[in-house]
Amino acid sequence: MTYIAQTPDQIRGLIARAKRWDVIFVTLGIIALGIGLLTFVALFVDMLADGWARLRPEFFTQFPSRRAGQAGILSAWVGTTLVMLVTAAVAVPLGVAAGLYLEEYAPKNWVTDIIEINITNLAGVPSIVYGLLALGLFVYAFGLGQSIRTAGLTLALLILPVVIVATREAIRSIPGMIREGAYAVGATKWQTVRDHIVPYSMPGILTGVIIGMSRAIGETAPIITIGALTFIAFLPPAPVTANFPFLSFEWLTAPFTVMPIQMFNWTSRPDEAFHANAAAAGTILVFMTLAMNGLAIWLRYRLRKNIKW
Amino acid sequence: MEARTQPTTHATMLGSAQPGAKAPSASDAPAPPLKAESRDLSFYYGNKFKALKSVTMPVHEDRVTALIGPSGCGKSTFLRCFNRMHDLYPGNRYEGEIVLHPDNTNLLADDVDPIEVRMRVSMVFQKPNPFPKSIYENVAYGLRVRGVRNRNLLDEKVEESLRGAALWDEVKHRLNEVGSNLSGGQQQRLCIARALATDPEIMLFDEPTSALDPIATASIEELISELKKKVTILIVTHNMQQAARVSDYTAYMYLGEVIEFDKTDTIFFKPRRKETEDYITGRFG
Repeated sequence: MTYIAQTPDQIRGLIARAKRWDVIFVTLGIIALGIGLLTFVALFVDMLADGWARLRPEFFTQFPSRRAGQAGILSAWVGTTLVMLVTAAVAVPLGVAAGLYLEEYAPKNWVTDIIEINITNLAGVPSIVYGLLALGLFVYAFGLGQSIRTAGLTLALLILPVVIVATREAIRSIPGMIREGAYAVGATKWQTVRDHIVPYSMPGILTGVIIGMSRAIGETAPIITIGALTFIAFLPPAPVTANFPFLSFEWLTAPFTVMPIQMFNWTSRPDEAFHANAAAAGTILVFMTLAMNGLAIWLRYRLRKNIKW
Repeated sequence: MEARTQPTTHATMLGSAQPGAKAPSASDAPAPPLKAESRDLSFYYGNKFKALKSVTMPVHEDRVTALIGPSGCGKSTFLRCFNRMHDLYPGNRYEGEIVLHPDNTNLLADDVDPIEVRMRVSMVFQKPNPFPKSIYENVAYGLRVRGVRNRNLLDEKVEESLRGAALWDEVKHRLNEVGSNLSGGQQQRLCIARALATDPEIMLFDEPTSALDPIATASIEELISELKKKVTILIVTHNMQQAARVSDYTAYMYLGEVIEFDKTDTIFFKPRRKETEDYITGRFG
């Protein structure tokens, strides 16, 4: 028998040498993290400093103006909010249904495989392509106009792959034994999906939806392509009316602008004063995204509390 | 039936297929009526692997039948044929039949819905798998699936099932708490209550105590002995002492075949086949 064991001193030397890799990796990791974090902080702080003077309450309640000092983002943030509403209302049901179908119902064959590969690839298609598709399909073919509903549908298409993939991941994380437990008492597929699969995958689905929405909220290219306005001094019609039926969907067809377009418009002005407005709008956009991510984390925590296997 | 030449089957298995008929037995006491029978059952995982080879075995009414054998012998596969669990995964295939008495329904027939089978034959799994829902909803789920909406009836069945699973006194004041917060043994009894709530004709237990400590194991075994008064039980176990303690009949399986089936006492004290004896005495497996 060959002994490989050495004296205690030799063993300690071995461990010390092996542990050196831990130190090296930790150092590399911190550097990598630092590069990413510092870049973001530098950008954000610079933007905040530029826009700080403009971050006043009036900035949120004023329409854009020819005078930089009086220009605000009212129409932009209202537009963004409404477009996001339409996006969520379209992308969530479609994406969740598609994910559920693929994961629970679809037969495992080559057609399903091709669909799967395509969905994954769709997530990587440049957003301008979605914009061109939407221009041809929604604006011209369907005649939906250069409206909030067109923008919402376009961004919904854009984030659909993200929602589908997140739904499928969330469904896959449900242990097989829970599914078997439901089937074993005589549940049908639909009963299992409705009573177990959907509720237990909800935290993951919501996370995916909000990650998708955070991407959509900053998109500029597809919105410009479908013809969003860059200067708009009125709001879409209110969704609530004084008369029966008290709800109005006219806002869906209204022209609009969104935050990134407002920003883009201000940055391209020669007048320096507008650049401060752009920085301020950018800061707010970053906060909107952060708020959505925060909401995702909170919801996930709340919903996961009672889901243990 | 008479033409069957399965060399490994015992006399009890060749009894009449008539529902309720007494099968001839090697021992003195007459065997209880049959609840189910597997006849020439073969099972394939995909097209490649034949996991069960012409298994023929009776299941006696209101008795505990244990399936023992080394890992990979097909005992869990056999058990999961009884509630068509294999139908959940593509590519699996059955041959032969499992007949459920008294109505002579072939559980494996193509025109029998697996959901119908699972409504009659319930199952308790190896690892406790309560739903992440309240204790009450866990037990009531089988009833909800059957469309029971009446609150009084639900309350009544939930209590009855939890009592039947010897869990009622421990949880009666916290029925709305999440089931997964219970201890492992309690979770398994909750799963038994869930399987019991729908008045199954047969209950399948797939190594129900392998994830539990000795005390929880003892309580589950005691429960199984209690349950057989009103329901037929089929249990897979790795633990031969457990088979000896809880079962009335035992089947020794090896490489997808039932090598020997008989009363548990016979299997453990005077097995007819050398392979069974080797396994029981620990020379093999």
